[in-house]
Amino acid sequence: MTLEVLEGSKAVSDVIGLCKPDVISAYPITPQTHIVENLSEMVADGKLKAEYIRVESEHSAASACLGASLTGARTYTATTSQGLLLMLEVLYNISALRLPVVLTCANRAISSPLNIWCDHQDAITLRDTGWIQLFAEDIQEAVDMHIQAYKIGEDKRVMLPVVISMDGFLLTHTFEPVEVPSEEDVDRFLPKYNPKYFLTTKNPMTFGSFAEPDKYMEARYILNEVLNQSKVVIAEVARDFKDAFGRFGGDLVEEYNTKDADIVLVGMGSIISTMKEVTDELRKRNNRIGVLKIRSFRPFPDKEIVSCLKDKKKVIVVEKAISLGFGSILASEIKSVLYNSGAAPRVDSFIAALGGRDISKETINKIIEKSMTEKVDLEFVDLNRDILPEDFSE
Amino acid sequence: MSDNILASGHTACAGCGEALGIKLILNAAGPNIIVANATGCSEIFSSRYPESAWGIPWVHSLFENTAAVASGIEAALKVLGRESEANVIAQGGDGGMADIGFGALSGMFERGHNILAITLDNEAYMNTGVQRSGLTPLGARTTTSPPGELSWGNITPKKDMPQIAVAHGVSYVATATVAYFKDLEKKIKKALTIKGPKYIQVLVPCPLGWQHDPSLTIRVSKLAVETCIYPLIEIENGKLTNVVKVTSKKPVEEYLKLQGRYKHLFGREGANEHLAKIQAIADENAKRYGLV
Amino acid sequence: MAKLTFALISKPASSRANKTGSWRVYKPRWKHDKCVGCRLCDIVCPEGCVSGTGKKKESTMNADFIYCKGCGICAKECPVKDIEMIMEVK
Repeated sequence: MTLEVLEGSKAVSDVIGLCKPDVISAYPITPQTHIVENLSEMVADGKLKAEYIRVESEHSAASACLGASLTGARTYTATTSQGLLLMLEVLYNISALRLPVVLTCANRAISSPLNIWCDHQDAITLRDTGWIQLFAEDIQEAVDMHIQAYKIGEDKRVMLPVVISMDGFLLTHTFEPVEVPSEEDVDRFLPKYNPKYFLTTKNPMTFGSFAEPDKYMEARYILNEVLNQSKVVIAEVARDFKDAFGRFGGDLVEEYNTKDADIVLVGMGSIISTMKEVTDELRKRNNRIGVLKIRSFRPFPDKEIVSCLKDKKKVIVVEKAISLGFGSILASEIKSVLYNSGAAPRVDSFIAALGGRDISKETINKIIEKSMTEKVDLEFVDLNRDILPEDFSE
Repeated sequence: MSDNILASGHTACAGCGEALGIKLILNAAGPNIIVANATGCSEIFSSRYPESAWGIPWVHSLFENTAAVASGIEAALKVLGRESEANVIAQGGDGGMADIGFGALSGMFERGHNILAITLDNEAYMNTGVQRSGLTPLGARTTTSPPGELSWGNITPKKDMPQIAVAHGVSYVATATVAYFKDLEKKIKKALTIKGPKYIQVLVPCPLGWQHDPSLTIRVSKLAVETCIYPLIEIENGKLTNVVKVTSKKPVEEYLKLQGRYKHLFGREGANEHLAKIQAIADENAKRYGLV
Repeated sequence: MAKLTFALISKPASSRANKTGSWRVYKPRWKHDKCVGCRLCDIVCPEGCVSGTGKKKESTMNADFIYCKGCGICAKECPVKDIEMIMEVK
């Protein structure tokens, strides 16, 4: 195994190159830019034989991927934040047309106020689109997940698009020792894209029909079922990947020291590494504490969550997004799956790091301490009350 | 006839100029095409699941992304070595192509994709019930540009899409209409021999929206040309290379009075001033393109 | 009702199952008298449902009334007025 110290964006663009997309279409937006710049260079140097469409908007980036994928091409795009929101209606369309487009989301906050730093508000907005949504913990996992994404999405049992969330700047612009697999190994793992249905004059089918009320619900039902059934494939591909490459970051979830734990921290993305470090230290002081990493946010790992958390004393969910006018999103979903399982532990909910505020080990420690001393329905971590005006209408 | 590429059984209104336009376009283009279609009447009347009127590979994605979807199709054909399999057509109504899909169309033009973009121009948002678009002509009544105490219908002239295409450096730009079906056929065939982006705007009367008898679709289409309201032109590499000459230019009233959408311009005090403005547009067209 | 297809993909020209002729109020009648065989009635038909051959009394031009919506463009445009619109009787 050869480790290289690579920037996250460079590592991901290298691995996308190895997945050999036929068509790449993207529009620049911070902090996604390094990924698409690297891919542009690879195409310019002839190292990647792909059509790179430099579109005039993210809406068109997703649309060009839709058209290309429907013509039988393997496709790739990357974006974040406002770009992802601009793509949104196309993303619904891509999943319903059963097109295995792969998208990297370099997670970033949503305007207003404009903010280029990391949170998960962008990706969370995709939760009802019918896309498979995977969250990477570190650069190595982001690398590995992209290979898996094509394999999962293009599986005949699935045929759905996959978005990989990697935290903007925290993973896209930092350097870590990573292993980028060899071309031969990726070729062996990832067969050529060979769809059953595509736009061709040899079999001139009609795609994108409209459906009346007597058929629409069934069409959405099928999509929901297929997405739920993709859990099997996500897990299978994670295991196959382990066999082929020797690395395993979890399947739908990763359980870290949860078996004997009384307390389990839950999160998604790069916060998981920090949680692991903090809990390692706490374990040394005889605290029975573990971490549940949500690796697949959609399909939502309901059974895995129940099986991991049902007998715990306390669940602490830390998330980087908010449903304005309600509160937590991930914690709510976790509570929702636990509620009917018959043994619902206490779930404390923390919203943290909106707009890129740092989450240090100290932050996590503070969260745990707070959760140990009181019931926390919803807490905004490190909220600076000193700068809040007396009256929000002034 | 059963060998039409647009099959019978579609649900366009009786006398639909757009259905006729698509029938003529497809027959001219032949079976070796892939069509990306915008949301709109043409999509709705042709693709009610599980029935399709299309005899060629066809995709509808959304309202505003047709030119971008077509860009992806074209790029995929290229990289997969299937370029010779099919010409790519991106088509939609005036709303889908010239308004909400304008950005995507502009991108498709400037990137130089080998795609024929066709606007089926019925001069308003017909599918949603005849609302004003950027291609609605001056004075026309739509449901969002109604005549009233203070209004004489649509207050703006038609956006000049062909010239906008020319400004993008699109090497072949043409206008056509269903009454001049041979001219339309010739332009489609010619466009498909040219590499790169092409733009054809086809005037397609809408009996429902224009409020004319369904049997008058061809008549109205013909009068649009004969009054110089809708000049039929070809612009190649920025140069005007051909126009359909108008042998005896008719006053615009002859075109307008067949259509309920201009009814308010007749028999109301002060109407003459507004008719004169429309006549001035026709006169300017005649001069600008040397139509007479 | 038929089973839904993958991604609701539908077959080419399957709209022919939809018999739009039921919409008709008036129907065209070819007199087959002065027909000059110009085929204009076929060309201008938005339904693509007019066909036939020949001229004058030998003309077989006619609409497929399974689909003809009775718009009347053919009758209006026939250069020799060989088509008339008559009230549909159902």
